[in-house]
Amino acid sequence: MRTPRKLLILTPYLWLGLFFLVPFLIVIKIALSDSVTASPPYAPAFSLDDGLAGLRASFAALDFENFLWLAEDGIYLKAYLNSVKVAAIATLLTLLIGYPVAYAMAKAPRDWRKTLLLLVILPFWTSFLIRIYAWIGILKNEGFLNLALMKLGIIDQPLAIMHTELAVYIGIVYSYLPFMILPLYASLERIDGKLLEAAEDLGCSAFAAFRQITLPLSLPGVVAGCFLVFIPAIGEFVIPDLLGGSGTLMIGKTLWLEFFSNRDWGVAAAVAIVLLTILIVPIVLFQRHQQKHQEELG
Amino acid sequence: MIRRFNMFNLTSLTFGLAFLYLPLLLVVIYSFNDSRLVTVWGGFSTKWYGIVLNNDAYLEAAWITLRIAFVSATLATVLGTLSAVAMVRAGSFPGRTLFSGMIFAPLVMPEVVTGLSLLLLFVAIGLDRGFWTITIAHATFAMCYASVVISSRLASFDRSLEDAALDLGCTPFSAFRQVTLPVIAPAVISAWLLSFTLSLDDLVIATFTSGPGSTTLPMKLYSSVRLGVSPEINALSTMLIGIVTAGVITASLVNRRQERRRQQDHRAAAAAA
Repeated sequence: MRTPRKLLILTPYLWLGLFFLVPFLIVIKIALSDSVTASPPYAPAFSLDDGLAGLRASFAALDFENFLWLAEDGIYLKAYLNSVKVAAIATLLTLLIGYPVAYAMAKAPRDWRKTLLLLVILPFWTSFLIRIYAWIGILKNEGFLNLALMKLGIIDQPLAIMHTELAVYIGIVYSYLPFMILPLYASLERIDGKLLEAAEDLGCSAFAAFRQITLPLSLPGVVAGCFLVFIPAIGEFVIPDLLGGSGTLMIGKTLWLEFFSNRDWGVAAAVAIVLLTILIVPIVLFQRHQQKHQEELG
Repeated sequence: MIRRFNMFNLTSLTFGLAFLYLPLLLVVIYSFNDSRLVTVWGGFSTKWYGIVLNNDAYLEAAWITLRIAFVSATLATVLGTLSAVAMVRAGSFPGRTLFSGMIFAPLVMPEVVTGLSLLLLFVAIGLDRGFWTITIAHATFAMCYASVVISSRLASFDRSLEDAALDLGCTPFSAFRQVTLPVIAPAVISAWLLSFTLSLDDLVIATFTSGPGSTTLPMKLYSSVRLGVSPEINALSTMLIGIVTAGVITASLVNRRQERRRQQDHRAAAAAA
């Protein structure tokens, strides 16, 4: 290999190795270590100080204390299951809201599409925190939503939405809507209009044409959009923390609290590992789907 | 070809865009509210902007955030370009699968896990936490986004141009600099802008990897937001929304002009042929 080519590959390789792979191995090590009251608050499960024999001895002494703790205390299992549930329902809601918008964008006059696309992407560039903050002002008891509904005489008691799971759904749908709309739009826009014309000429109703042509052809976009919302939503921290209440257990928030409030690094690391194991299935499925889709297009 | 909107599509678009923009619009409008009560309109005023701009804690946090974003975006763009070239152009090399895995994984890694693992690394190697640890952390996850953006441009670019430059006696480096780089420049610029925004926006990873004296603006904002809605946060948010909006619109206008020029070039070339 020539030296410049070697350098070209080695620089990003070493960077990712040092700042992605090594930290990941450290997380595994600390998840296997025992928690102690010290700084840093864990007793290393193994070190290279005693050579290979010492390493073998420490492997024999591994007791998976942190993982057993996660399994025994029901609160963690609840948090995992609840994260999956919340992410799944929020993904479905995002799809229901995003599909008509993406459909309308794809059907819009050609000169409008670029502007509409920009309008959908623009809020995504705005700070995540500000977008969540905006909903606190709307959803809280004396917020804009309750104010408006009471003025209109629809309710006379303010609705308690803030600090509930409903507020978390609203937050996720709002924050991740562009991730859903963009792949949907990409697959809807590609559909050949002649197919729909042909269907109509052959006596198909508009709805039947949608169900039999548009919907199946847009499925790759639906699948991609759902993964793009579902995967990050599972590990979400900011939304359940700011909009959810103490009853809304989600795993990202649990990890954060374990680390910052309880200062239990071992349990936090174990939570991280279990979280990644849960994510592997959707991530691998997503990557396969993308590859297959790419091949079909290519 | 449909030239007009129909009723159903127009309704979906109106509701969709209202849903996306109404919350931000309320923040912007109420940042000019004279009253301290955040949902009661007390007349027009810009006093909250004065208060924010005179708040040293906010200004200091903003300055740190901008510096981190600038340095980390630059690092991420260089590393992202290198890894994109390695993935698309270098052919096969030992450990290629691991490399592509390491570029893909941070994109789907929950922020809490990325933050935790980097913090544990910094503690293990005894690096003092502060400006540089946040910068390294941001550069690491942003380089993966940068690499994806640049790879897609690089993959669609005709390789024979580079080969021609090499045949004509260019060194690989000058072929890259004189032929490849100008073609992928728009992607490199968007990668930098994306990395910059990701860094500006990040709360979770910064909280894990920051130390005393390196509080970023999102961290400051987060601790204020936890205390509730206030006109100061509205004013600060409005300023940030304004900056981002101006940036994105400028970038898209520049992009559109370039596109038009390229189409003109294509037409001219076709006419000449």
